[in-house]
Amino acid sequence: MSDVVHPAHTPVTTEPRTVRLLVILLVLSLVAVLLLAPLAAVFTEALADGLPAALQALTQPDARSAIVLTLLVAAITVPLNAAVGIAAAWAIARFDFRGKAFVVTLIDLPFSVSPVVAGLALVLLFGSNSTVGGWLIAHDMRIVFALPGIILATLFVTFPFVARELIPVMLEQGRAEEEAALTLGASGWRAFRTVTLPNIRWALLYGVLLCNARAMGEFGAVAVVSGKIRGETTTMPIMVEMLYNEYLATAAFSLAAALALLALVTLALKSLLEWRHADVLAATRRH
Amino acid sequence: MNIDIEDLTKTFGAQTALHPVSLTIPSGALVALLGPSGSGKTTLLRILGGLEIPSAGRVRFDGQDATGLRVQDRRAGFVFQHYALFRHMTVFENIAYGLRARPRRSRPTRAEIDRRVHRLLDLIQLPDIGPRYPSQLSGGQRQRVALARALAIDPRMLLLDEPFGALDAKVRKELRQGLREIHDSTGLTTVFVTHDQDEAMELADVVVVMSMGRIEQVGPPAELRSRPTSRFVETFLAR
Ligand SMILES: Nc1ncnc2c1ncn2[C@@H]1O[C@H](COP(=O)(O)OP(=O)(O)O)[C@@H](O)[C@H]1O
Ligand SMILES: [Mg+2]
Repeated sequence: MSDVVHPAHTPVTTEPRTVRLLVILLVLSLVAVLLLAPLAAVFTEALADGLPAALQALTQPDARSAIVLTLLVAAITVPLNAAVGIAAAWAIARFDFRGKAFVVTLIDLPFSVSPVVAGLALVLLFGSNSTVGGWLIAHDMRIVFALPGIILATLFVTFPFVARELIPVMLEQGRAEEEAALTLGASGWRAFRTVTLPNIRWALLYGVLLCNARAMGEFGAVAVVSGKIRGETTTMPIMVEMLYNEYLATAAFSLAAALALLALVTLALKSLLEWRHADVLAATRRH
Repeated sequence: MNIDIEDLTKTFGAQTALHPVSLTIPSGALVALLGPSGSGKTTLLRILGGLEIPSAGRVRFDGQDATGLRVQDRRAGFVFQHYALFRHMTVFENIAYGLRARPRRSRPTRAEIDRRVHRLLDLIQLPDIGPRYPSQLSGGQRQRVALARALAIDPRMLLLDEPFGALDAKVRKELRQGLREIHDSTGLTTVFVTHDQDEAMELADVVVVMSMGRIEQVGPPAELRSRPTSRFVETFLAR
């Protein structure tokens, strides 16, 4: 062996250079065509009449109320889904109970049901033609064509995101660390706060970001339950569609660009956190 | 502390992990639970630690009924099979965990916690590893940190599940000696689980041989060798 001289940079992989280059090129061009180009197009279109015009479009009352509504819906649904998602993942990962497999399947339901169907189901359940809906309206509580309906629809659509991220992580980590905390005298709540939660924080953050992106971007389910009442129940995605249908290109694309920016901000936030905590991440990833 | 186990039974659904077992562990003893995989050793240890609730039977600590005692109130220093160190905390924070978890009125001051953690790090002969994370330690170091963390709560007994199971032969020998020394200097009643008969015979004062959820024989190593009471004990020790 000693007489074999290895050049300093021999790669471990054996694929020829050309193959590697081709694969990388293919991936990069796919990313460019599928992800970057549409994004660039939206921003170009939004700024077609210049930045002042785009900003002007965003300050119109309808656009403003859509932005506020979207942020409000996200602010309510994301924490709720995070809490319920943690509870669901914890129950599934830590306990054996009857019907567990069924619950796991149920969590995925929103992924397999079309959002429009979900929205219609809510209208059927809570609309004025249903018993529940009739009663609610008689008592002056509106669900369908109002904020509660939008929130319910968004909760339904975004339900799997947090739980789905957490279940495999919690299963992989097992109970031992939590049990160790208990034997050391920690209460259940303290063990959860100081051991369970820190161990799942990255998966949780990722789930929350995905949940947030979807909560702000959901169209189908919200379109059905909201009734698209302009300035009242129109979220950003719905407002974008309405403006576009009215041939108000600058307004539509400005709002679309704002929506895309919100998503980009969450992505940037995640990258920033990962970068800031890179050392702890590396140290705690696995024993 | 003296431990009395009376007719302890544990079932998991249709599976019986422990048929009624009875055992007395005298105060200060170093006891090995020895048996093949699946014989109920871990289950028995976890019941002692309060991590598993027995289906029937009783446990007494110093004569006092402890069957329903909460895990937090047992003060049992537990070393888990793969140590279960808190991976997002440094070694120092791991060892300090039990002290910081105490209710405010009995919680030591910062300086006192600092002093005690350093004393424990000295005891396990790793004085400088406080700032490291568990992922940066060798298997043997992790085991000793887990031991120090369990000792930090000033436990009434030590319970260890396969404490040497994940280590290579050389480190095993060293750490056996380490456990013996810590046992002798603290005088704690100590129960450890193993499937390795050499380990049990060399280290323990009393060996409890288990098989299929039953206790086959209890006695000092020499007695088990010279007078096995069943074919199982004889063949298991002869391996
Ligand atoms: N949480 C559990 N659920 C179901 N069965 C279990 C559980 N824990 C242990 N058992 C069963 O109880 C028996 C004894 O297990 P255990 O005490 O872990 O044995 P040992 O530690 O001697 O290998 C085994 O048959 C095991 O499958
Ligand atoms: Mg075991």
